[in-house]
Order: sequence, then structure tokens, then C-alpha cells
Amino acid sequence: MKLAACINHVPDTAAKINIAADGKTIDKSGVTYVISPYDEIAVEECLRLKEKNGGDVTVISLGGDAHKETLRKALAMGADKAVLLRDDSVRDSSGVARALADYLKELSPDIVFFGKQSVDYDDGAVGVMVAEMLGLPSVSVVVKLDIADGKATAEREIEGGREVLETSLPAVFTTQKGLNEPRYPSLKGIMGAKSKPIEERPTSPVTAKIELLLMQKPPAKPAGRIIGTDVSAVPELVRLLHEEAKVI
Amino acid sequence: MSRFQGVDYFCIDELLSEDELLVRKTVRDYVDQKVLPIIEKHYEEGTFPLHLVPQMAELGLFGSTLPAKYGCAEMNNVAYGIVMQELERGDSGIRSFASVQSALVMYPIFTFGSQKQKDHWLPKLAAGLAVGCFGLTEPDYGSNPGGLITRAEKRSGGYLLNGAKMWITNGSIADVAVVWAKLDGEIRGFLIEKGTKGFSAPEMKGKHSLRASVTSELVFQDCLIPEENILPESGGLKSPLKCLSQARYGIAWGAVGSSMACYDVALQYAKSRIQFDKPIASFQLTQEKLVQMVTEITKAQLLCLQLGRLKDQGKEKFAQISLAKRNNVHEALGIARTAREILGANGILNEYPVMRHAANLESVKTYEGTHEMHTLIVGEDITGIAAFA
Ligand SMILES: Cc1cc2nc3c(=O)[nH]c(=O)nc-3n(C[C@H](O)[C@H](O)[C@H](O)COP(=O)(O)OP(=O)(O)OC[C@H]3O[C@@H](n4cnc5c(N)ncnc54)[C@H](O)[C@@H]3O)c2cc1C
Repeated sequence: MKLAACINHVPDTAAKINIAADGKTIDKSGVTYVISPYDEIAVEECLRLKEKNGGDVTVISLGGDAHKETLRKALAMGADKAVLLRDDSVRDSSGVARALADYLKELSPDIVFFGKQSVDYDDGAVGVMVAEMLGLPSVSVVVKLDIADGKATAEREIEGGREVLETSLPAVFTTQKGLNEPRYPSLKGIMGAKSKPIEERPTSPVTAKIELLLMQKPPAKPAGRIIGTDVSAVPELVRLLHEEAKVI
Repeated sequence: MSRFQGVDYFCIDELLSEDELLVRKTVRDYVDQKVLPIIEKHYEEGTFPLHLVPQMAELGLFGSTLPAKYGCAEMNNVAYGIVMQELERGDSGIRSFASVQSALVMYPIFTFGSQKQKDHWLPKLAAGLAVGCFGLTEPDYGSNPGGLITRAEKRSGGYLLNGAKMWITNGSIADVAVVWAKLDGEIRGFLIEKGTKGFSAPEMKGKHSLRASVTSELVFQDCLIPEENILPESGGLKSPLKCLSQARYGIAWGAVGSSMACYDVALQYAKSRIQFDKPIASFQLTQEKLVQMVTEITKAQLLCLQLGRLKDQGKEKFAQISLAKRNNVHEALGIARTAREILGANGILNEYPVMRHAANLESVKTYEGTHEMHTLIVGEDITGIAAFA
């Protein structure tokens, strides 16, 4: 079984993010980058399917040199091959999807996994766009997956419940927390990854369909206020909630 | 408290390779997710979290510098040091387990063992299917292990051991003990398996330090072991001392881990705790404390890294290891105490890790050669005059 996971290199969720002077990008200084957490679930699912059914796992990332760190981590987790689609520009989701789809068409895997969203821009669009471009069925936000007899049964989360779907292969899935618990790259895996190749491929430029105008931080929260410590403060609390906060 | 992001005031990360950084990430995430949530409970109850052993083995944390053919990761000494640093950011007891298993059990079997002993024990110890301990210290011989009185006598088909060891980490949970005893007056290493007649390992209770670690006595009463259980290449006090050099090297790194944990908590706390209408971090006295902490951490990090690079080239001297262990543990203890002060009353609670680290470091300062003994080792090295006795 040929398996692929598309993975992104994103700021650590615990990092403090500042907006750069251009107002359109983030200030990268002092920010540590990690594999996007949902993409880690995508890699893990590939590895589990490989362990069960045999096959090989290719991990793909679009970006600059820094993305090699994330590819290296996926190789250390156990992926067989990594591909860096070299691109130092900033693309919108459809531009990212285009480059990935062009490469995946050539690779023609049985299953492609994406994280349900990349935790940097949170668009949540790339996986399903790629499926559309390749003309493949897709199921998004998958929390359980069974592969048998050339078919996939996937469960996805919907508001207040779950949906069970079946699809033929090849297919595209986007992963949600709960599908699996990603393994840590072991020390042996890290040593083994040194001898695995990272193939670099050029990408063709695309015209953006969407232009980013401005990034803004949420307004700073004012400091909390203590208006009293016993029941006598209740009338004042009610007044403030009503008149100032306007929530009741 | 927000998730630990590391302390790197001098961009020392730039001196680490991609693999070394990835090792750190693996162990740091592991400690965040599997060690920190359970450690206070084990510490309070005085138990070692045995369920972590297969997980740590799976990650390759035991004997990680030894050859791949024994199931080990075959990484360099810097990566090994990083593992120790990250484990000790969790707890000194967890790091102690990994130190003993790697540096004091797998290393001597690898260095002084027969091929048969290596083939039998190393894969099991690497996989966490067997636990080991290292018995050198005796009730009457601590800083002066050369005087030890546990003895082995040649008998037909084996050796008869008599004597007692004390303060032995992992003793009661060990499947195999590396024990140092005198055979015809010369110190030799022996492998004693759990369950051997005449061998018992009662746990020592009542510790106020290193509570999430098992410490035991080893008692040998006419304990007969097979001839093949002697470590054939061991001989003299220098054999156990070679093992201790390995372990002390890891401790120098480990101390940086607990220092970073305490500094991180103290810094976050100082920025958020308001007194006199200001964060306590805005007072000069508090800033001086924090600056001292980050300064000592930075110095300790550079000592470790250079020591590791020297070790990878086979150029380290044991006195350099002594200097690093001595300095880093001493400073770690100072940092833990200062962090405790910055946290005020909260500093004594188990909601924060600082009191646990401070208490643990009291053991770390004593074991693997006390602070004083390392002073004398470096002192002898630089003056040429031994001042031990
Ligand atoms: C939690 C814990 C775990 C341990 N695990 C192990 C283990 O797994 N295996 C093992 O073999 N041992 C282990 N030890 C033992 C440890 O290595 C010894 O405690 C240590 O070597 C010191 O010996 P001692 O306690 O007998 O102190 P002593 O040697 O009695 O020293 C007492 C004091 O006198 C000082 N002193 C002694 N001689 C001199 C001198 N010549 N000049 C100046 N000062 C001197 C010492 O520095 C110290 O301050 C462990 C200890 C602890 C606390």
C-alpha cells in the first residue's frame, strides 16, 4: 500500500506570536517551529497502516529549507521517504494545494492524509482542495478509519455526533485528534533517519486567488478587577455586567 | 504555568546538530506528557513509576551510546547528555534510573563483560525487559570505596560472596546487580541475578530526597554465583571508577535540567505575582536572583556541551567531569533554593516542582562522589598533590 502524508512546519502552539513590521507576516525571531500537530496524526496513521498492511510511507512538505526539520522528524518517526517541494514564497491555500496535487498525481498513492487544518493559518482547506484537484473522494475531520478489501470506512465528527462513511480507494482523508496518538521519534529512529533521503523538487509559481491584507492581534485584555469579596458586592457586580460588559 | 520552552540565553542551540535537537524534543515532549503529570504522586508516596520503563526503552533512552547490534541507538555523548538533562527536568529519580541502567550497568557489562554476558544482558537491558543496579557503596565505605570489604572467594564452579552494600539505586527492582567485591584483595565486578540464594535487596525507607526512586541495601550471605558471572575484564578500583565517570558526566547534564525547570517556574511566577501593586519581577532584588540563575544555567550548559564534544573525541579527563558535576549540581541546588524563595509560600507546595528538585539535588550532590570529593579530585589534578587522606 502506497501511503502519503502532507505535513507543514508551523510555529509551536506555545510560542508567543508577534506580527512583523509589514503587518502581513509574523515575526519569526525567537519562535520555535514544529510539525503541525494534526499532520503528526496524519503521519502516525500512515505508519500504523503500513505496520498492518505493508507498503511505504512518503511525507511531503511545501516550503523552504526550514521544512526539512519537520520532514526529518517524520522520517525519524518511521516514514520511508521525504519530499521537499521547494517554495520560498507565501501562498494561499489554493496555491499550496496546486503544488501538492501536481506532485501527488505523479506519486499516485492509495491514500493521502492531511491534518484537518494547519495550526498556523487554520484555513482547513488544503486537504479537500487537493482531493478535488485530483478528482479523488475525500473525508475530512476523521476520528476513526478502517481499511479493508480496497475500501475505507471512516468516522468523522459532526456537531453533536458522528457520521460513518464508506469510500473506495484511492482517497484523501484529513485527520482529527482522537484518530491516534502519535509516537515520539525514538533515538534509534532519529539515527535511522540520517540515511533516509529528502528529495527536493522545484515548484511552478502560481497566481494567488486571495490576497492577505492585514494581520491583527486580538485586543489586549484589560486587567481583572475585584469589586468585593462577599455578598454585598453582588448588586455592583450585576450593575457592571449589565451596563459595562453588557452581557446580562 | 505555560509549557516549558527551554532556556537558551546564549543561542547554544546553534551548536547542536539537527539530531541532537530532535532527541531533545522527543525527550522533552515525553517528560511533559508522561512524567510531569504523575511525578508528584509518586514522589509523595515514595514509589518509582515502573510503568515508565518500557516507554523509556521504546524511546531508546537506555544505553543510548552503545552499538546498534545490542538494540541501542548508538548516539554520541552529547545526545546522551541531552537525554539526562531532559529526564532530570522531570525528576532526578527518573534520571537516576536511566543513569544507573545506562552508565552503571550496561556500560560495565559492555566494557568489562564477556561476549556471552553482552549478548545475554545488553539487549534485555536496552529493551527494559531487565532492570539493573550498581553496588559499590558499603555501610562503612562511601567516599573511600577502595576500602570495601565485600569479598568473593573462589569455590569449585563459582564464587562465594559475603558482605553488604548500601544506598543502591534500583536495588530491590533489579533483575541483575553489578556488584564490586574483593577477590584475593583485588576489586572485581560480578553479576548477581535476582533470586540467587543468599542474596536479598531490602528497600531503604524514610528518604526525604529522591523519593521517586528505589534505594536499597544488597545483602550477600554465602551467596554462590556461577563462575561465568565474573566480569572478566574488570580489575582494581579503576574499573568501578570508569563507570562512575560515565554516570557523573550524565549528572552534570542532568543538573542543568533541574536548574532550567526551577528557573522557568520562578521567572513565570515572578512576572505574574503582584505585590505592592507590581509584579515581583519588577523589584531589583528579584531581578538579581533571576539574572544569577540564568547566568549559572548558561555557564553550566556551555560546560556540558564542551565536555560532551571532548568526550566524543575521547579527549575528556576525569577531573574535567568532576569539575562539571561539582559545579553544575552545586549551582542547581542554589537555583532551586532561590526559586523556592521567589515563590514565597507557594515554593513549598507540590503544585510547583521546586521543593522536589531542591530536595532531590541534596542526594545528587552527595552521590557519584560528593561535592567535596570532586573538589579534591580537581585539586589533585591542578596541584599534583593528593589531599584525600
Ligand atoms: C539516593 C542515593 C542513591 C545512591 N545510589 C547509589 C548506587 O546506586 N550505587 C552505589 O554504589 N552508591 C550509591 N549511593 C551512595 C553514594 O555514592 C554515597 O553516599 C557517596 O559516595 C558518599 O558516601 P557516604 O554517604 O558514605 O558519605 P561519607 O563518605 O561518609 O562522607 C560524609 C561527608 O564527609 C566528607 N568526606 C569524606 N571523606 C573526605 C575527605 N577525605 N576530605 C573531605 N571530606 C570528606 C564527604 O564529602 C561528606 O560530606 C547513593 C546515595 C544516595 C543518597
